[in-house]
Amino acid sequence: METTATKEYTYKDFSSDQEVRWCPGCDDYVILRAMQKALPEIGVKKEDVVFISGIGCSSRFPYYMDTYGMHSIHGRAPAIATGVKLANPNLSVWVITGDGDSMAIGGNHFIHVLRRNVDLNIILFNNEIYGLTKGQFSPTSTVGLKTKSSPYGNTQPPFSPGELAIGAQARFFARVGGNTPKEMTQIFIDCQKFKGTSLIEVLQNCPIFNDGCFDEFTDKKVREDKQLHVEHGKPMIFGKERDKGIVLNRLKLEVVTIGENGIEQEDLLVHDAKEEDPTLHQMLVRLRYPLVTGIIRSFDDVTLEERKDAQTKEVKAKSKFSKTDDLFFAGDVYEV
Amino acid sequence: MITTETSTKPEVLEAVIIRFVGDSGDGMQLTGTQFSDTSAMFGNDIATFPNYPAEIRAPQGSLYGVSGFQVHIGSVEISTPGDEVDLLVAMNPAGLKTNLHAVKPGHTIIVDTDAFTRKNLEKAQYESNPLEDGSLENYRVIEVAMTSLTKEALKEIKGLDNKSITRSKNMFALGMVYWMYDRSTDHTIEFFKTKFKSKPELIEANTKVLNTGFYFAETIELIPNSYTIAPAKMAPGTYRIIMGNTATAWGFLAAAEKSGLNLFLGSYPITPASDILHELVKHKHFGVKTLQAEDEIAGITAAIGASFAGSLALTTTSGPGLALKGEALGLAMIIEMPLVVVNVQRGGPSTGLPTKTEQSDLLQALYGRNGESPVIVIAASTPANCFDFAYEAAKLTIEHMTPVILLSDGYIASGSAPWKIKTVRDMPEIKNNIITEPKENWHTYDRDEETLARKWPIPGTQGLEHRVGGLEKDRVNGNVSYIPENHEYMTKIRAEKIKRVQNYIPDLETEFADSGDLLVIGWGGTYGSLYSAVKHINEEGYKNIGLAHFNYINPLPKNTEEVLKSFKKILVCELNTGQFAKVLKMNFNGFEFLQFNKIQGLPFGNSELTEKFKQLVR
Repeated sequence: METTATKEYTYKDFSSDQEVRWCPGCDDYVILRAMQKALPEIGVKKEDVVFISGIGCSSRFPYYMDTYGMHSIHGRAPAIATGVKLANPNLSVWVITGDGDSMAIGGNHFIHVLRRNVDLNIILFNNEIYGLTKGQFSPTSTVGLKTKSSPYGNTQPPFSPGELAIGAQARFFARVGGNTPKEMTQIFIDCQKFKGTSLIEVLQNCPIFNDGCFDEFTDKKVREDKQLHVEHGKPMIFGKERDKGIVLNRLKLEVVTIGENGIEQEDLLVHDAKEEDPTLHQMLVRLRYPLVTGIIRSFDDVTLEERKDAQTKEVKAKSKFSKTDDLFFAGDVYEV
Repeated sequence: MITTETSTKPEVLEAVIIRFVGDSGDGMQLTGTQFSDTSAMFGNDIATFPNYPAEIRAPQGSLYGVSGFQVHIGSVEISTPGDEVDLLVAMNPAGLKTNLHAVKPGHTIIVDTDAFTRKNLEKAQYESNPLEDGSLENYRVIEVAMTSLTKEALKEIKGLDNKSITRSKNMFALGMVYWMYDRSTDHTIEFFKTKFKSKPELIEANTKVLNTGFYFAETIELIPNSYTIAPAKMAPGTYRIIMGNTATAWGFLAAAEKSGLNLFLGSYPITPASDILHELVKHKHFGVKTLQAEDEIAGITAAIGASFAGSLALTTTSGPGLALKGEALGLAMIIEMPLVVVNVQRGGPSTGLPTKTEQSDLLQALYGRNGESPVIVIAASTPANCFDFAYEAAKLTIEHMTPVILLSDGYIASGSAPWKIKTVRDMPEIKNNIITEPKENWHTYDRDEETLARKWPIPGTQGLEHRVGGLEKDRVNGNVSYIPENHEYMTKIRAEKIKRVQNYIPDLETEFADSGDLLVIGWGGTYGSLYSAVKHINEEGYKNIGLAHFNYINPLPKNTEEVLKSFKKILVCELNTGQFAKVLKMNFNGFEFLQFNKIQGLPFGNSELTEKFKQLVR
């Protein structure tokens, strides 16, 4: 990627001429605008940006971005994006997906792209429901959720995207509420800087089929008390009064109040996103009170394309073949 | 047992068919390959075919664990690995039992008597020892205690474990066959030197056993005479022996070099297509990029991504994999992107017969997708022309901006034959549709007037930012469109684009007769069998039988109807229940398409074909 853009962009440069067709009030609008605001900040030329999506409400996203893009088939965007990136590592490649697209029909590609650590940014719009097919439960829907395909309540326990991703060796995982555009924009900028597969779970409210499913964490009135926004190198503090924090008590994370029971700020855990060992990251992902947002894990590792590139260079340096003729006429050939 | 007269002068033969069989761990593939390579270098025309079980190491001595390699060599033109064999080398009872039916009566069988133990005979379900009970009296059986002779030969060499000693007995057999057919052991000894570079004791051991077998054959009286097969009359040039799958891989290498595009392969291992992946992954020095994907779908979709980014992209598979790739192939088709899908067919349906050949994916290739989704379908017909049709597939996909399915099959993919080496310089030009500069009012689906191909704008090019996708698009501006008339227009133009490929492919040719009583029709991998059968019957005096073999299936060659009209009867021969016959019926009215079909996982035999031909012209 060209790190210095040749010109200054604004969000308008990344808006296509297509009319946006999501339902009124959908968080997808917030994500779209956050992305259009993030891209001028990442220092990549517009023609080097590619958006690949699968199928679902979220996957219409590329049509609204004035960049290169492909609205592909259900679940396959990570594999397509892998092909794009391997073919041209100079591109900034973004995957747009939803909870059904990535964790149901596309589950296999989702885990393997994370394992391989291709330098892609995956934005996962998690609304815990199938929106485009009009309201069936998804692999992230809670048990008991009544939907069109679960009229008596969902009986399938859900995946937690972060847990699944870290289990699949994700090096970068962030979570952000669908109603916090500033934090979202910043995370989009940060994930582009990260070398390797970044997974960003956006808690995206679907106002039609699963309205309010994240309210207990994301509602403006409660979010400061219910969310812990972690930052690398900073103590884990949250709450309106900034008086709550996290400590490690034996093998569990525990919420404490600063100033109570002799707890000082120095006693709190300091967030280390760059740690290779994902144990604590998994614990943070699993925490429900507070719900952890921000960049939970950001461990630098070799990417697939770096490994492949190094191997190619090594093979090229040793090879006696530079043209196919060299190969075709090598070895056991004979004249007639 | 037949006794034969002793003669000092080697008998001269036109062609000979040899089959080496043994346990899947006995090294029969290597033995066969060495014999065929040596013969090719000697100047013979050859065709080979391996026949191995799906199990990697089936229980030793079992009937289903038998692995075989057949080679047909000649001083005359050889177009198939042959049917009945002149010489069977059987390393154990199971190999004898499963292959005896293929030996021509009166011809030779060499057996390793050491392997004919009670236990092995039981495993091969023999009630009595065939070497003793007279059941082989119609054959010339040469009994050799190969295992003990091998052990004896190697007792002086230090540093060999028991396993390496027993495993080299295949070289004893090879040495014998080299002497019988007047071949030099040089090529194989050179091969040992490269293969066992770091293990000098294995070079010594294998060379010793090979030579011992060679001298053994010369010395003992059991082999009364030797044979020679003179070099064949082949077009002058530089040759090499090539396997169909390797030729396919090399065709793509050549196309990438000629077109100046990077080659990208997304693939998931599957028999019998994996060898294309194995071959291409070696060639990183040419800038080839490969991804062994998590599944068949990721194989094709990664290729679609690479194509979007400007690579010559392909995916390789066999029948079940093509089924999984269907939806993605539809995507490549609607976004009008270059992509080659290689389907090395095997016996179906479902898992079917993975190591056997069949032509039963033709209709899947033509129609196995949702919606109206035509793609170009072509088929290679010999191990060597897999090179040409891989190249052609790449050329067509790049020039016409639509996916191409290249059909091969287990028979030609695993078979090998001499290939007169081609160089990229001599291959036809490949013109791509890449645009590097934005033009005013440029749209995604602007089309070339002649081919109807759209342009290929590649990410990284300023001013050509655009979106493609699986939803139907407006014919002009490329935006999502649900307009009824637009959908009909786009459906028709995608079909018309494929039809126009007719203008860029060669006419159908007939061989042996341009008109007459019977037209034999085939397609794909059956060419060698059909060619030799029609040639055979032609030499018997049936001059009114022609052969038309199809390499282009969709679209069909322009002159097809003309060819059909020139014969009184038409016989479509296929290794399926009649899929191409159906295609012809749909396309050409007023003809009766007779069928000859075989669905046994095996290629056509010469006699079954000639008998059928004779019936029809009698």
